[in-house]
Amino acid sequence: MPTTEASWERQQTPPRQNILEIEGLHTQFELDDGVVQAVSGVDLAIARGEVLAVVGESGCGKSVMARSVLRLVDRPGRITGGQIRVRTDDGAADMVSAAPETVREVRGKRVAMVFQEPMSSMSPMHTIGNQIGEAIRLHERVTKAEARARAVELLGRVGIPAPERRVDEYPFQMSGGMLQRVMIAMALSCGPQLLIADEPTTALDVTTQAQILDLLRGLQEETGMAVMLITHDLGVAAQMADRVAVMYLGTVVEEGRVEDVFRAPRHPYTTALLRSVPKLGSGSRERLRPVRGMVPHSYRRPSGCPFHPRCDEFMAGRCDVTVPEPLRDQGRPGAVSCLLYEEHEEHEEHEETTP
Amino acid sequence: MLTRNHKPAAPPAEADPELEFDAAAARSSPWRLVWRKFRKHKLAVAGAVVVLLAYVVVVFAEFLAPTSTSTSDSTLTYAPPQMVKVDLSWSDGLQMYVNGYRTERDPETFEQIHTLDPDLRVPLRFLPRGDSYEMWGIIPWDRHLFGAAHAKDKVFLLGSDRQGRDLLSLIIQGSRVSLSIGLIGVAVSFLLGLLFGGVSGYYGGAPDTLIQRVIEFLMAIPTLPLWLSLSAAVPADWGPMMRYFAITTILSVLGWTGLARVVRGRFLSLREEDFVTAARLDGCGRIRIIFRHMVPSMSSHVIASLTMAVPAMILGETAMSFLGLGLQSPAVSWGVLLQEAQNVRTLETAPWLLIPGVAVFVTVLAMNFVGDGLRDSADPYKQ
Amino acid sequence: MTAPPSEVTATAAATATGTAPLLRTHGLTKHFPIRRGLLGRAVGRVRAVDGVDLTVPAGRTVALVGESGCGKSTLGRCLMRFFEPTSGEISYRRTDGTVIDLAKLDERALKPYRSEIRLVFQDPFASLNPRMTLLQIIGEPLRVNLGLGAAETEERVAELLRRVGLRPEYLRRYPNAFSGGQRQRVGIARALALAPRMVVADEAVSALDVSVRAQILNLLKDLQDESDLTYLFISHDLGVVEYMADEIAVMYVGKVVETGATDELYGQPLHPYTEALLSAVPEPDPGARRRERVVLRGEVADASNVPQGCPFHPRCFYARDRCRTEVPALREIAAGRTSACHFAGELELKGCRA
Repeated sequence: MPTTEASWERQQTPPRQNILEIEGLHTQFELDDGVVQAVSGVDLAIARGEVLAVVGESGCGKSVMARSVLRLVDRPGRITGGQIRVRTDDGAADMVSAAPETVREVRGKRVAMVFQEPMSSMSPMHTIGNQIGEAIRLHERVTKAEARARAVELLGRVGIPAPERRVDEYPFQMSGGMLQRVMIAMALSCGPQLLIADEPTTALDVTTQAQILDLLRGLQEETGMAVMLITHDLGVAAQMADRVAVMYLGTVVEEGRVEDVFRAPRHPYTTALLRSVPKLGSGSRERLRPVRGMVPHSYRRPSGCPFHPRCDEFMAGRCDVTVPEPLRDQGRPGAVSCLLYEEHEEHEEHEETTP
Repeated sequence: MLTRNHKPAAPPAEADPELEFDAAAARSSPWRLVWRKFRKHKLAVAGAVVVLLAYVVVVFAEFLAPTSTSTSDSTLTYAPPQMVKVDLSWSDGLQMYVNGYRTERDPETFEQIHTLDPDLRVPLRFLPRGDSYEMWGIIPWDRHLFGAAHAKDKVFLLGSDRQGRDLLSLIIQGSRVSLSIGLIGVAVSFLLGLLFGGVSGYYGGAPDTLIQRVIEFLMAIPTLPLWLSLSAAVPADWGPMMRYFAITTILSVLGWTGLARVVRGRFLSLREEDFVTAARLDGCGRIRIIFRHMVPSMSSHVIASLTMAVPAMILGETAMSFLGLGLQSPAVSWGVLLQEAQNVRTLETAPWLLIPGVAVFVTVLAMNFVGDGLRDSADPYKQ
Repeated sequence: MTAPPSEVTATAAATATGTAPLLRTHGLTKHFPIRRGLLGRAVGRVRAVDGVDLTVPAGRTVALVGESGCGKSTLGRCLMRFFEPTSGEISYRRTDGTVIDLAKLDERALKPYRSEIRLVFQDPFASLNPRMTLLQIIGEPLRVNLGLGAAETEERVAELLRRVGLRPEYLRRYPNAFSGGQRQRVGIARALALAPRMVVADEAVSALDVSVRAQILNLLKDLQDESDLTYLFISHDLGVVEYMADEIAVMYVGKVVETGATDELYGQPLHPYTEALLSAVPEPDPGARRRERVVLRGEVADASNVPQGCPFHPRCFYARDRCRTEVPALREIAAGRTSACHFAGELELKGCRA
């Protein structure tokens, strides 16, 4: 994506250093009844220290995309194309083609992941201290005692009270919120440069969610790691992210700075999503204007723009025929994939770009 | 920079993209979905074909067996299997034949030794006349599917046993007992299991505790001594038919426990399902909830575990008969046939006596494959 | 055996909102025993619902909000007598204006009320029997309760499908062909089949995607307008609750800690827990992020081991000595506003209205 790089570098004063670049990623699931294109040509990049929220409804491919980054897609899923470049000490590793050793090296050490269900990603048979220690010892040569000391320190950092005591507890002895903290501690154990958090607070209550989001924010600022936050909750995205990517049926339909996307959404899907959520504190009882229809079944990807059957701005003969390309705008970083817009040469001044 | 293009044209026709995708599935009944899933399980389909063929053999045993079980030739004991050969040079088209036996005596032991004589030809044909029988006890007939062209010729495609009977015919006739005992036994234990498992799972509490303890008790008794004592209790003067029923009863009385546990487990988990709650709130009575909501939801699981129980029963019968606790000659079953293979010395001279074991092996394996496939496809709604 | 209904005149029970309550609980309690050991002796109890007084005015939407484990779902199911309440009254105003205590009725006497109060489930997948067609699912209450014949059932089900926005042609289809939103419509049609007066919607939109959720919310509102339904809307989503509810009851560990009309409660909460809840909701507005937020410490108390005094005090930023010892009662602070906080009215609590 040379254009992206170029435009970003012109935009932002410290030159962007991407630690993850996804280009043309395709991941599909070959099922008995057909092929599901879970991720269908995604381009994304995350710079050092940036928080990118990937939002979308269930089935939009956001989780599969995130798992693809760590090559965690299990059969019958398969990455069928594209590149996933993770910055390493000596350049970049392409996770799509990298050797298994490189993939293991990247997992945990460079890129760590936190999942929605902390319980199912931990072993019920081992104490949490052992599990964190194990994660550390996988990448670093330390003694068991050192690993344990590190585990206690990490638990303290993620706000678990009395970490010296709780390090010896088993996962079933902890609540969902505490376990999510443990997961985060484990993810942080090797100081990753990117943390992928896949719906980290979806299973949690709202007050616990606030605690975990606070924690993530604090840790991100403290360590300077980048965060890719996968969420269906627009509120979480708005509160956490620097940039947002909106996904629909395996493609990124709009992407940009969080203020731009939420204040002046361009893609009709983003607009529709935002107005589907009752806004807290508005006191409005006006009828909601939801997106029409339903997400199409994954075997039946619509022709042209994937959103066209549900789009209020559908243009017959265009949207159902032409697949929109991501369009970029110099006045506003990011891109939108919609045929409503056209790229112009930069000679007139901004008309519509600023909110 | 970006500018907005046109004003939107007319919105698209109200389409239902998502409902058109799988209209067939939308209307398929649950059983068709099970079938669709089962079909993808190649091994299970192959197993199902084998099992089906085995039961075809059971039904048409008299016709398929070249001879009756009572036909024996004391001059041809422990005769080795004969290979069917085809002579293409025969003037009237093909001629199938086997090589006949040449009998010699061992100069030391004076035992008869039968060897195949390449110069002797015993012609074979389809639908030859042979021993007369009554098909299913009603239709008298004397044709068999395949056999010696002349009734006086002896043909032992899989060899003969101690009494000079045709092993192939014995295996075919023996399948009747061996394979039906599984079905009948499972049918009986199915009723018991469904009854006790259902009571246990639906009512819970004291009945549940009682039934569970009984099941644990039954499961804790070692099988062999129990068989021994139970079959010792069967009077020695009972005929083969009575013995058959006695064995079936023994097997099913011991076999229902596993099934009862499956049924109980399903009941317990279904009781908590939202759709059962919904049915209760809809005002459905107990009977309606059980038979309209719970039983259909577990029928496929129950069928899967039934399929797994049939081979266990077959093995049980085989084992009992092999040990001399079950059926006895002149009744024919695979277990009874294998009893003949107990002696190492006979095995050395007549290894083909183990062939009934192959029949047991293939059938049980096939049934297990079917059971596996059914278990995996039993819940077509699980993702 | 029908217990004698305790009758009260309906007019005496009118509330400040001006509408007569359709349903009102008094001291409703549901404790689940914790059984341990071989003999299953009760070693403790979970106070899932602990002395709740709740008023549901006819034709309005009352929301029960709270975090998981606060007992809101149990309360909803106790009202329907799906769970047997441990103690307390459920006064229900019948169509003829007389009031009856549902908690004291036996199963047979309860039957007519079972079709007047209906439940919409959270999980649109688990709540529909996958082995039945839509006709059978929605037709079941009709057949069982009204004894309708095949033709009439079919006609009524087709009409119900139309009302919830599904095509009547789908009658003979199985639920597995439908998406979550459509299944939830089927669940709503089933609830409406018997023309209920009250619908308990237990997290009815929580499992749905954002875009579909808005469709279902709209549908619920339309149906309420058409049929004069009363909703008990159980939800943890404060944004949705604000949109749907006329009145709100906030629950914490089995108890109602605050009630009030939606606008007033959101504008000026009277219980610190409500304040924290409102503050914790992430808003889809990046500008709101520098807002000062109340992030609670600790976690929801365990309902089998409720803290002494005010159950919320270990997490409360305003807790004082009195809170550690004395259980606050739910009391009226202003007209139509109650709170179970010793210092309600004294504390300056922040709402979420500008």
